[in-house]
Amino acid sequence: MTDRTEMAGSGLEARNLVRDYRIRRGFRSTTLHAVADVSFTIEPGRTVALVGESGSGKSTVARILARLESTTSGGVLLDGHPAPTRGAQLDRYRSRVQMVFQDPFASLNPFHTILHHVERPLRIHNPRMRGAEIRDRAHELLERVQLTPSTRFAERRPHELSGGQRQRVAIARALAPGATYIIADEPVSMLDVSIRLGVLNLLAELQRSEGLGVLYITHDLATARHFSDEILVMYRGEIVERGDADTVILDPQHAYTRTLLDAAADPDRLGQLREEVRKGG
Amino acid sequence: MSGRPVLTARDISIEYEVDPPVKAVQDVSLTLHRGEILGLAGESGCGKTTLAYGLNRLLKAPALQTSGEIVFHDRDGDDIDVVGLSGDGLRRYRWDKVSMVFQGSMNSLNPVMSVKAQLDDVFRTHRPGMPRAERARRSAELLGLVGVDPSRLTAFPHELSGGMRQRVMIAMALALDPQVMIMDEPTTALDVVVQRGIIREIMRLRERLGFAVIFITHDLPLLIEISDRIAVMLEGRIVELGDAERIYREPEHAYTKRLLASFPSLRGDRGGFVRRRDEQEGASA
Amino acid sequence: MADPRLSSPQAEPLPTSAVATERMVRAARVRTLLPSMSGKLLTGLIIVGIITAFGLIAPSFVQDPRDSSNPALLPPSPEHLLGTTKLGYDVFAQLAWGTQGSLFVGLVAGTVSLLLAIVFGVLAGYFGGVLDEVLTLVTNIMLVIPGLPLVMVIAAYVQHTEGLGPLARSSLLVALVLGITGWAGSAVVLRATSRSLRTRDYVAASRVAGEKPLRIIFVEILPNLVPLLAAQLIFGVIFAVLGEAGLSYLGLGPTGSITLGTMLNDAQTGQAVGSGAWWWFVPPGAVIALLGAGLSLINFAIDEVVNPKLRIAPQAARSQRKARKAGRGIADDGAFA
Repeated sequence: MTDRTEMAGSGLEARNLVRDYRIRRGFRSTTLHAVADVSFTIEPGRTVALVGESGSGKSTVARILARLESTTSGGVLLDGHPAPTRGAQLDRYRSRVQMVFQDPFASLNPFHTILHHVERPLRIHNPRMRGAEIRDRAHELLERVQLTPSTRFAERRPHELSGGQRQRVAIARALAPGATYIIADEPVSMLDVSIRLGVLNLLAELQRSEGLGVLYITHDLATARHFSDEILVMYRGEIVERGDADTVILDPQHAYTRTLLDAAADPDRLGQLREEVRKGG
Repeated sequence: MSGRPVLTARDISIEYEVDPPVKAVQDVSLTLHRGEILGLAGESGCGKTTLAYGLNRLLKAPALQTSGEIVFHDRDGDDIDVVGLSGDGLRRYRWDKVSMVFQGSMNSLNPVMSVKAQLDDVFRTHRPGMPRAERARRSAELLGLVGVDPSRLTAFPHELSGGMRQRVMIAMALALDPQVMIMDEPTTALDVVVQRGIIREIMRLRERLGFAVIFITHDLPLLIEISDRIAVMLEGRIVELGDAERIYREPEHAYTKRLLASFPSLRGDRGGFVRRRDEQEGASA
Repeated sequence: MADPRLSSPQAEPLPTSAVATERMVRAARVRTLLPSMSGKLLTGLIIVGIITAFGLIAPSFVQDPRDSSNPALLPPSPEHLLGTTKLGYDVFAQLAWGTQGSLFVGLVAGTVSLLLAIVFGVLAGYFGGVLDEVLTLVTNIMLVIPGLPLVMVIAAYVQHTEGLGPLARSSLLVALVLGITGWAGSAVVLRATSRSLRTRDYVAASRVAGEKPLRIIFVEILPNLVPLLAAQLIFGVIFAVLGEAGLSYLGLGPTGSITLGTMLNDAQTGQAVGSGAWWWFVPPGAVIALLGAGLSLINFAIDEVVNPKLRIAPQAARSQRKARKAGRGIADDGAFA
């Protein structure tokens, strides 16, 4: 049983997040409510899944938590304190909250070596550490994400690695500053199917050993169920259902959740669609 | 499914002529029966898209078919040697007998032509005798068939949603009443709810029009749900071929098993997933 | 229980066409950003190389270009390889020094132009907002004002300013004037590219990692712009060399120095065409044309680095044709039948 001291107010909290965009079409403009009053908390050692389709606002929520986007109203709190938007306090926030992006091909700079990608965050957040130590730590991190031997990967460039390997580098980069909260924005949806489990299992294992709090954003309900403790279902900027992972999947309450579950591919229903259509469905 | 073959491919090999050459497809043989849905499962690099292009004679440099024969068994009894086709014969085969729905509809539809113009184009090319009124009528009928309001005929591709664009692609592929439709990841980029709608539409059309489908995707659970038979491809070869139910319940090849294990079941057990909580010790948290 | 096969990273196959492309790309170039050697690049490099070598080395071996003790208007001969001018200057010597002068103006102006383009383009593109609006406003004004009249006005003004002495008519000043008037086009291109690079995930990842904006520009964005910057620099050099020739032709050039442009100007005022002294104006014109052509060829090769498809598609077609001729293919290529 993981030992967790639950302090009041610990965790990464999103409180009443609202994000509107003004869309201009000619002389008229409308407001797009990308995120409409979203609140949830990620506690250390637990995974929260944010499930939804494109346009649901889940990626916007991720970017808000990563301080890449501002909010129209509402805020983010880290251990009870409001998350900053600039300055030295933002650096401290960044050392605790990190992000893994969806596209393994776009999230690494094609110009730099793998080692550079992992060393930079180490250097930024440990300004007094010596070069040799930084390098050792970087190699350690590469080993930690199972890119062994690290020397084989360190001097390579991103285009020489496969998608799964790149995503592992992205995870190492996220861990480098000593993050305790990871926002994983569809971390495996662009990877080959047989590689996905490996990467998700790695994230799960790292979470166990480091006590990370993870926000797992996805459109895939199956992995959401098995990978997380709690599931939040988003539709058009709002959370329409939330609860324990197994409960939401096996006993959905909201109509949209039921639609999502019905639409997911389920090999146990093989032949059903064919029958339905034959009968005129 | 009448059991008679409509497309037979034997010992197909396709290479990419780079240095050193890459064997994309190696000695692939398969038979597609009338009205059947054959699922082609595999991950990136297995050669499934290359094979699809090969069956349609759409290979682009540096790809080259180095061996094999493809025979199309026409409705009226003729057997057509697809590999030997060229020029007019090839044009009559492509789209008329076998059509294709490509991955990524935004890249496959001409962004500067309206939907109407593109459907019209298909008819003008392949049915030169068709009068304009007839073309317009057929185009509207096709859109209605795939579940798109015929009033969207005048729209441009970027004005349509992803799901509608894919339906337009399917309408275009159906235009000449083909006997085989090859679909390369037709719904992968779409939301799961939209995807289900389109798949339902495809199956409905198959009931009505009787064409056979080669459905290419990496989504094995989806294939199990909708296919009659499934072929699993790995590194250019077909490693397993059989009825969908058999593949699901009694997979034989190690890769098939691994592929199945990569999809944790939505309502059942977790497969190869190491659960977050302390399940490695076997204790319940 | 965990499946041991699944917990270690598997070797992944890349998409077949991607593997093929990668092999071609890798085989075709060195591990850095250098363009691949092709006929175009080789020709360009040879031309530019020869002209540059000529401009650097020849001046040490020729007679004084302002030595008027030679007979005037001599056609080419063994003592005077390209003849003499109306004032008795040796044309070959003039050409050597002129090439050096033009190259100097081209490089200085090109560099100044590029630096300004980076400031007005990359900073505007990356930061956006008010800074972008201000910088773009200046860029647009510079774009709208006609180039040559602007250069003429500034050159004329600067050269008549008191107190500048010999600097007023020097090639350095002309180079600077050309540099500060010629950056706007490049700035627009760099701004557009920077704006698009800014939305890339790896830039967002750097921000999340805590990088400061200026460092992101230098470390993440500029390195990916190197081929583009090289191309813009080469454009800048071409325009500066041509611009200087134009200015000199109008009498606003660096009359204190010798450049290919001043040679052309002298030839015109000395009625070279009327006297049939082709050896006076054809060589400088030819060198300018060749230099422009050579630099442009190099630019095409750089284009292929920026957009690998330009190189790969013809290469792919070639290798397929070769294989088919060797009897490997069995189907007639009906791909575009």
